[in-house]
Amino acid sequence: MTTPSALATSDATRDVSSAPRALIAEDEPLLAQALAAELRRAWPDLLLLPTAQDGDEAIALALRHRPELLFLDIRMPGCNGLDAAQAIVEDWPDDTPLPLIVFVTAYDQHALQAFERHAVDYLLKPVQPARLAACCTRLQGLLQRAHAASATQVQPDINGATRGHGVSADASDQATSEHPGADNNAALLNQLRALLSAAPHASSHPTDAPLQVIQAAVGQQVHLIPVDEVLYFEAADKYVRVLTATREHLIRQSLRELLPQLDPQRFWQVHRGTVVNIREVTQALRDESGKVTLTLRQRPERLAVSRLYAGRFKGM
Amino acid sequence: MPPHQPHHQPHHPPRLSDTLALLRSHWLLLLRHGAIVLGFNSLLALATQVASGGPGDIHFVYAQAIGLSIWLCIDVGRYLVGGTTQATGWPTGWRALALPVVGTALGFAIGTLIGQAYAGERAPHWTASQQQLAASLLLTAGVSAAITFFFYARARDQARLRRIAEAERQAAEARLKLLETQIEPHMLFNTLANLRVLITLDPPRAQDMLDRLIDYLRATLSGSRNSSHALSAEFSRLADYLALMQVRMGARLQVQFDLPEALADLPVPPLLLQPLVENAIQHGLEPHKAGGTLWLSARLDGEDLLLSVADNGRGLGDGVATHAGRAPGTGFGLTQVRERLHTLCGAAAQLTLTARDQGGTLAQVRLPRAARQTTDAAPPREIVRPAPLRPPTQC
Repeated sequence: MTTPSALATSDATRDVSSAPRALIAEDEPLLAQALAAELRRAWPDLLLLPTAQDGDEAIALALRHRPELLFLDIRMPGCNGLDAAQAIVEDWPDDTPLPLIVFVTAYDQHALQAFERHAVDYLLKPVQPARLAACCTRLQGLLQRAHAASATQVQPDINGATRGHGVSADASDQATSEHPGADNNAALLNQLRALLSAAPHASSHPTDAPLQVIQAAVGQQVHLIPVDEVLYFEAADKYVRVLTATREHLIRQSLRELLPQLDPQRFWQVHRGTVVNIREVTQALRDESGKVTLTLRQRPERLAVSRLYAGRFKGM
Repeated sequence: MPPHQPHHQPHHPPRLSDTLALLRSHWLLLLRHGAIVLGFNSLLALATQVASGGPGDIHFVYAQAIGLSIWLCIDVGRYLVGGTTQATGWPTGWRALALPVVGTALGFAIGTLIGQAYAGERAPHWTASQQQLAASLLLTAGVSAAITFFFYARARDQARLRRIAEAERQAAEARLKLLETQIEPHMLFNTLANLRVLITLDPPRAQDMLDRLIDYLRATLSGSRNSSHALSAEFSRLADYLALMQVRMGARLQVQFDLPEALADLPVPPLLLQPLVENAIQHGLEPHKAGGTLWLSARLDGEDLLLSVADNGRGLGDGVATHAGRAPGTGFGLTQVRERLHTLCGAAAQLTLTARDQGGTLAQVRLPRAARQTTDAAPPREIVRPAPLRPPTQC
């Protein structure tokens, strides 16, 4: 069981060599209980945070306590496991290495194939002791390599920028073996990005021609906005803001539904809540910490690019 | 039922009763053929009169007599010879050639005799000369062959269209049957996972859960042998499914049943409400963080049986990502329910999906009395009251 003192310890000053902590996100109470029990048996030193019962709680708990390990169920009420992972990774503070993420699923044809290729690991429900033990061994190995690296060398920060080096490696590039910490981070980001693009979208039927016109209803009127005039889309609650050079509209589709309908050459997702018309971007500025921001041609605001997508903005 | 194969009648003259029966069923077709032949003969009469002159009525009589005789010999003859296939109504093999040839010759002879009897001394000159007789016989044969082929081709096309329609119907039926017997793998594996945990945690509850799973699988996998079962049996099946879901969702799923005694024995198609209940859970309650309640009820509205599945979960559309980009109410499971209702109960049965004022969704199936009576009233196999659902024990 988690002890209050473990939680109360300020995460920023945690001693890296102390026992790793894990967060389980699982909505079915019996399965959560079972996974916790099996984990305790397989990895007695592991500290378990209170189980999150839905995607949003998982995000909140993960960002608050910053555990080293995440066990995320895929199908959860609210936000699902993949989206929760994306939110966690995108909002993760820079000074802590990214958590290792293990996805847990009962049966998901698409996911299994993707996980085979991309996930740190995945577990099939019902979780069986032997399989879990193998997973734990693997996780322990990865954590040890990361700790060893941090003990001996300058730990590159989470965005992959290495201080003092002329060339800034961005997070998407596979870091060299000198920096296993960055290795973990980079690998994780690659994996997550691949998983997110492999996941079946809400609209499973492919649209043949990309959307040409955005229809935004206001009362009795419907504004028709040619897609070329849209500078960027931004998710806001249950709506999506559509921003042109002069105006802002609201549509009721979610960003996830909208994205497959847009021309992928022209509209790039740069953040879980932002899709930008790449022709309207004049430049992408990478700052010292490796964060990328975009400057737009026709609007004053700058758009932040999450670490998942930062890799797309590099020289040819 | 195996796809319909054209089968050959035994190669002996069929019994008179069979022939008459077949004739009777095809009389409209024969009449149509006759009308066409009549019209064509008239044209021919006109043509020959224009060509060779002479009194019009003689030409007309000859044309009709010969034409109709040939037609009758062939068109009726095809029922009398053996080897006529059921599908097209025309014989195959050597008879296919023999029939028109013999029919034409016979018809020509008979027709000419009739014409002669009518015309008497005014008989046209071509009947006298042998050469000219042969010429007109040849012409007649040509025309007869053309018309016969025309009728045959039409019959063949009709047979093809019927086969296509039958194949399509069977494919649709097979698809529906397949859908009815599908189990959602995600549901199955999650249920088994929960079951595994319960085995050591709470063995009696594990057994109870396993029993319910067995009943659920049996009902789902066997599809619908009968076209109906008692409403109380339908409710028990749904109770099994919901009990399984309750183990998984814990307090997030509350269930309430309302089945009046008087309605318990009414016949309804099996697993009719299953997709509706699954939808209510999958799209309404499971994704809703707080969960909620599912109400399953039956009541009479006049002569109509009203079956309702209501939930107070997420609700339809309305700022929520619509499933697969389609409008709510047009999803796969609902289409299946509508198709089944239509096939089994006719057009009067209805499925409606509405948003509840208090939040959530209401799915209602309306079965008018007439529609219910068209289903075979199989005697209720078992009258199992939905067992009271045990609340999840605190672990």
